[in-house]
Order: sequence, then structure tokens, then C-alpha cells
Amino acid sequence: MKKKATFLSSCTGIIMFFSLWQLAALCVNRPILPSPFVVVPLFLQNITGELGLHFLASSGRVLAAVILATLFAAPLGLALGQMPRLDRVIGPLIAIIYPIPKIIFLPVIYVLLGISDFSKITLIAIIIFFQILVVVRDEASGLKKELILSVKSLGAGRRALFRYVYLPASLPAVLTALRVSVGTAVAVLFIAEQSLTNYGLGYYIVIETYQVLLYPEMYTGIMGMGLLGVLLYFAIYSIELKISKHMFVE
Amino acid sequence: MIEVQTLRFGYGAGAPLFLDFSFTVKKGEAWTVIGPSGCGKTTLLYLIAGLNKPTGGKVLINGEQITRARPATGLVLQDHGLLPWATILENTRLGLKVRKFYGPDGKHSPVDVKIDPEKDEARIYYWLNWLGIEQLKDMYPTQLSRGQRQRAAIARTLVLDPDLLLMDEPFSALDAPIREELQKVMNSFHQESGLTSLTVTHDIEEAVVLGEKILVLSNSCNREPKVIENHISGKTNNRTDPEFIKQCLELRDLLAIRGNSVS
Repeated sequence: MKKKATFLSSCTGIIMFFSLWQLAALCVNRPILPSPFVVVPLFLQNITGELGLHFLASSGRVLAAVILATLFAAPLGLALGQMPRLDRVIGPLIAIIYPIPKIIFLPVIYVLLGISDFSKITLIAIIIFFQILVVVRDEASGLKKELILSVKSLGAGRRALFRYVYLPASLPAVLTALRVSVGTAVAVLFIAEQSLTNYGLGYYIVIETYQVLLYPEMYTGIMGMGLLGVLLYFAIYSIELKISKHMFVE
Repeated sequence: MIEVQTLRFGYGAGAPLFLDFSFTVKKGEAWTVIGPSGCGKTTLLYLIAGLNKPTGGKVLINGEQITRARPATGLVLQDHGLLPWATILENTRLGLKVRKFYGPDGKHSPVDVKIDPEKDEARIYYWLNWLGIEQLKDMYPTQLSRGQRQRAAIARTLVLDPDLLLMDEPFSALDAPIREELQKVMNSFHQESGLTSLTVTHDIEEAVVLGEKILVLSNSCNREPKVIENHISGKTNNRTDPEFIKQCLELRDLLAIRGNSVS
């Protein structure tokens, strides 16, 4: 049973976050840590301008990667979960690749796919791909034998089992995997955007602001990237609340 | 109704569980199958359900040889097998959805099945109500007690209007009072509907309560079926009735002879 995040608990979290930030700014008292009273107004002012474009570029990349990864990983995970024999062949390979931090392949992907948005998206997609693949496979193969048998006894063949058992069983797993991996996705995006592009929050934070010591502006970029992570997280969470109702019942 | 003819089945290289094993269940009879664990009770049920394939001999239902799960056979397992992400109402509707998904193809749903959404819906509510769980229809399986979940599993099966009901240890995971309650429910169901049924159990009382005929299996290779006529079934709700106790004792002795590990 999962616990529902309430509006009140979210508000409390936000207030605590900004209070701590302000406190830290007062304690450190150096330009590298400006107060939220400086950063937030600047953020709101800039988000309609240049910063907004950087934000959109980053969002677009992450979303494209999420969609791409889901399209490939979910069906493959379902297939592996239903076919133990195939999984026995491919499983060991997945087990080896899964823990490798895929970001180390960044140069390889740049060379192979060229310096384009597509290579950045592919890198992020590869990371999410394995997260979803493993979770969906385990969910599908972990379904109780008795559950499958009793649905079979209602007349279900392979197609109906897929439609009424495997698909609804793995959908919540896909969402959970996504929610957990968007954090990593944004982190990788930050690194991937630091070079070979002119738009994106990673580029904005490192090249346009940090390297020219515009600290308050840099923080607007950091806020943007943080916000991107938070928004994605809660967007997926709200879909989960709708689709996986049974996981949130008291 | 069910004809098991010179059935042969075994797992792996070990001695077969069944060898030239034959028996016949007539239409409208309520049977129980009892025996020590490992005797092949569940295997026999799965063979009749078409979920296991015999290595020799055959199982006929209404004269037709069983080679795969038969759409008009209802099956209830010990673990209810409800979809955890669906409400009780949706779970009860699942079989009908599967039938609609395939249409009357004779393979996944009976050839003569008629899909009438209104009547189907009425049948769902009829059985939910009959089993006393209509008020729980919007809940998820995890929110229900085990007994209620088993009721839902039975409702889901009965909604499909089966002509044969197979149950594998349906009540053995339940507490004694709830188990007896559900045995009573199934008895009155049998009296109302006259549906042919076969229930696997390891519980002597349950075998006597539910079975008009009791098939006793042994845990070595089964050749000759041992069938007890049991006229007490469904007639008594009093488990201290001397006749009931006598029948139970007889069955216990028989099991002690046929299997050497009855607890």
C-alpha cells in the first residue's frame, strides 16, 4: 500500500525547502548562495524570456526520451516476462548492462549518432529503457501461477491474458519505474547539455551563467531544472493515482 | 457428464499418479475428491479442467474429449485468483469480458453463448447478491477478507453459467467458521441449481459435507477408484450428528489404509 501525497504535505515541503534555503543563504553570506528573495523574482521575470526557451528545450528532450524508452522497453519487458525461456537467454546480459552507468557512453553516442538532439535524447532513453525493462519484466513474470490459471479457466487464451492480465499488471510498474528514473534522466540531461548545444538548462547553468559568474541567473537555471524534475515526478504520480487506484486504497 | 477413461498421468520419471484410472460422474452429482497430499487430487482436477494433458487415456465431458480448457467448465482455486487492480465488480465481469473479446468461437467461449449486456449485467448483480457481497462491489480484493474474496471468485465463475463446477481446495485457507459458512452456501447452491460439481479437498468433514460421492485417492499409483456413496451430504448442518461423525470416522479409516500420512 502506498501513501498518498496530500496538498497540505506538499505545501509544507515547499515552505520548509525555501526556509532552509533562506537560512543557508544567511549563514553562508557569499555571492555563490543568493537568497530565494533574489532568485525567485528573477526566475519569474526570466522564465517568460530566454530562460523559458532553455526550459522548453530541456523538457522536450526529456519527454522525447521518456516516450522513446517506454515504447521500446515496455513491450520487450512484457515479452520477456511471459517467455521464461527467452528471459533465461537474455537475462544474464541485462543483469550485466543494468548496473553500468550509461552516461559513460556519451562520447560513443556522440560519435555514432552525431552531434544532434537525437544523440542526447538517445542517451537519456537508454538509461530509462533499462529501468523500465527490468521492472516490467519482473512484474509480468512475478504474476502468480494461480492468477494466470484462473483467468485461463475463464476462457482466456494468450491474447486475452495479455489484454486483461499482463498489460494492466505492468502499467503501474511502468509508471513507478518512470517516476523513479526521471530524476536520473534530468541529471544526465544536465551533463549532456553542457556541450554541443545552444539551448537547454544544462547549457544555461554552466556556460551562460556559471562561467561568467552570474550567480543569481545561474540559480534561475538551477530552479528551472529542479522544477522540471519535480513537475515530471508529480505528473507521473498523478497518472499513477488514476491508473493504480488499488495501490492507494486504505 | 464426466467420463475419465483409462487415464494415465505422472510427473517426470517417477511412478505414475494414475494408471488406467476410470470413473464416471453423472450429471447433477456433487463429488468430492480426497486423499493425502501428493496423491494427485489437484492433478486430477486440472486434467478434467483441461489445464493438464494426460499421457494416456482420455477425459470426456458430455462426450467430447478434453484437450484444452473448456469454456463451459467453471474453476475455483484455493487462491481466489482475483485481479488485484480491479474492483470486485470488475473482477466478476472479467469472464464476460473475455467472452466478448473472443466472441462465440467454441474455443474460448461456448458456441451458443449470447452476449446480451443487460442480462449479463443482471447476472453479475444476481450472483454478487446471492453470495452476499454486493455491497463490496467497488472494493479491491486487498480490502476484503479471505472468505469474501473466495465468494467473489465463486461469483466470477458462476456468472459464466457453467455446466460443471470444479473447485480445488476452495475453502482450506479459511478460518473454520467461515469455511463452514461457505460449505453451507455451496450446499444450498447445489440444491438450488443441481449443477454437477467436483471439489478437491484434504478436509474429511468438508468431503462429507459437500460430496454425494466421495472419491478417495491414495498416494501410491491410483488404478481402481474408491468411491463412497454419501447420502448425508447437504442434509445435515449439524456436525455433532452421530451419523455425520460415523461417516467421517469411516472416511478417516479408509484414508489411513489408502495413504500412510493423513493428518
